[in-house]
Amino acid sequence: MTDMTLSAPARAASRNWTRIALRWLLFTLLGLFALFYLMPLFVMVTTSLKSLEEIRTGSLVAFPREVTFEAWRTAWSGACTGIQCEGLRPYFWNSVILAIPAVAISTILGAINGYVIAQWKFKGANLIFSLMLFGCFIPFQVVLLPMARMLGMMGIAGTIPGLIFVHVIYGIGFTTLFFRNYYVSIPQELVKAAKVDGAGFFRIFWSIFLPLSLPIVVVTVIWQFTQIWNDFLFGVSFSQAGTQPVTVALNNIVNSTTGVKEYNVDMAAAIIAALPTLLVYVVAGKYFIRGLTAGSVKG
Amino acid sequence: MAHILDIRNLYKNYGSTEILKDINVAIEPGDFLVLVGPSGCGKSTLLNCIAGLEPTSGGTIDIGGRDMTEVSPKDRDIAMVFQSYALYPTMSVAKNITFGMKVRGVDQATQEQKLQEVAQQLQIEPLLNRRPGQLSGGQRQRVAMGRALVRDPKLFLFDEPLSNLDAKLRVEMRTEIKKLHQNLNATMVYVTHDQIEAMTLATKIVVLKSGIVQQIGSPAEIYNKPANLFVADFMGSPAMNLIPARTKANGKGTRIEIERAGAAPLVLIDAHAKDLPEDVILGLRPEDIAEAGFRAGEDVQEADCLIDMVEPAGADTYVVSQLGGKHVTARLHAETSAQSGEMLPLAFDLSKVSYFVPESGERLN
Repeated sequence: MTDMTLSAPARAASRNWTRIALRWLLFTLLGLFALFYLMPLFVMVTTSLKSLEEIRTGSLVAFPREVTFEAWRTAWSGACTGIQCEGLRPYFWNSVILAIPAVAISTILGAINGYVIAQWKFKGANLIFSLMLFGCFIPFQVVLLPMARMLGMMGIAGTIPGLIFVHVIYGIGFTTLFFRNYYVSIPQELVKAAKVDGAGFFRIFWSIFLPLSLPIVVVTVIWQFTQIWNDFLFGVSFSQAGTQPVTVALNNIVNSTTGVKEYNVDMAAAIIAALPTLLVYVVAGKYFIRGLTAGSVKG
Repeated sequence: MAHILDIRNLYKNYGSTEILKDINVAIEPGDFLVLVGPSGCGKSTLLNCIAGLEPTSGGTIDIGGRDMTEVSPKDRDIAMVFQSYALYPTMSVAKNITFGMKVRGVDQATQEQKLQEVAQQLQIEPLLNRRPGQLSGGQRQRVAMGRALVRDPKLFLFDEPLSNLDAKLRVEMRTEIKKLHQNLNATMVYVTHDQIEAMTLATKIVVLKSGIVQQIGSPAEIYNKPANLFVADFMGSPAMNLIPARTKANGKGTRIEIERAGAAPLVLIDAHAKDLPEDVILGLRPEDIAEAGFRAGEDVQEADCLIDMVEPAGADTYVVSQLGGKHVTARLHAETSAQSGEMLPLAFDLSKVSYFVPESGERLN
């Protein structure tokens, strides 16, 4: 009995110590992973701030001795893509006026599709939903030729509206899936109650479903924006000289060398091209996780 | 007076499955109609058909003297309270209640006035600015009722509105719905699987099973003269005793024999029953079997029975005896001296007896 009472605090202490040790081990490991993932970004940022001279002489992972934003300026407005030397700026705006409507239209269509498939069941609704899901898994390459032909027939080949069209079509599968899965967890009695109250299809959508949808709208917007902004294949296939998105321009900058490879400009250009998606994650990342887990956990 | 709701020959199919078969029900203004039955019997589907939320496959539905079979829900002059309450989650209580009026384009002043009336009636004035998520189950229930009341419809429809509440609140809300019905003199159709709710609320009960109407009648008719074995068994708690028996014509009446294991058959003489088949199921509610000496009347017959079990329930004591191979429950007064394993003289009140055909389950008397 006495032995027991003496050893109990000792055992508790040793258990406590083990817990702290394990906690530290965990944090160290996580820290190492974080460093590993941050390494490329570190190299990119430091390289973009160095002069070419310093890059040639210094080490890859060293801090810049002298910080210069010259490479950023060149990347934004002076770097050459092929024969033109206007930097990323015009293509960046191409991407902006391409991504915003494409994201908005595909999100709105996805919301309406999801609302119909989840709450206004009709004959064949499941079949149509399955076909749309199937659309998510069609590889980009498969649709390149038919899509080019179709854009030509519609007279929007090589234009930004043409690219918007392609991204909307390709995005509908995903956006419908997101909204359908979100709306399917909302009780059908809500629609019934609103019907008895006299509301119609769009009134119910607008007054009851959309106000509920913030988390899933955020998820969809992040997803679609990332996809469309980062897309290269459609951009390179369906654009012309003046309508290329930023990803294609970035590729052209990196590949158009005039003797010396300007690593600092390439790095700055790559960061500029990636900034909007980063920004979207930072601003809305909190809602992203919340939206993805909504529905699965019901209070 | 004209029927306020008149359902004739209503059918409802999903594909090749028949959900509702040849439903005929009519009610008068001020009636409280309860649709009751086990889950899957089609009672909620029937209510949705009345509301216009489900298309029908055949037959007609008249509301207020007009054929509404093909009319959309909003034009049927109905209001509905749902099992999950179906409150609009992003709207305040006030907006929930006025949403219907807003959709209909009722002017702001009228909306406000009606909202205040209903809020006062249901005592939910302090809640008007809250969201449904901030309310308790009972409060949500009130708001859902408020949304229905504010429409002042010809017909109120309730789809199991109390099944999500705990037992105590359910009884409270039940009383309130009944009070509401009396104060408004409104016509209501109410779906429930709870036969006690059905008995306490209804002026008229429809018992459904597998989409077929088993019996329509007042609570007393359903309780005292069930149309078949299903209704007899479903309505009432504890359930009606259904005892296999043999009959033989005996002068003007009938001699009834009930087998007992290890004892002579129990013999009762029913002076009024006539022309019964040889094999019947005899139905007698627990309260119609009393301790000998506690029930008088010319149709009361006494017999000694072996008591298997005694279950005191506070106000009453239930005793169980084995008759005709069935556990037969009798409801005795609380201070009974009954002991399990002993013989006790029981009084069977044959004025309340029901007879059923064993095979079809149909009522005989």
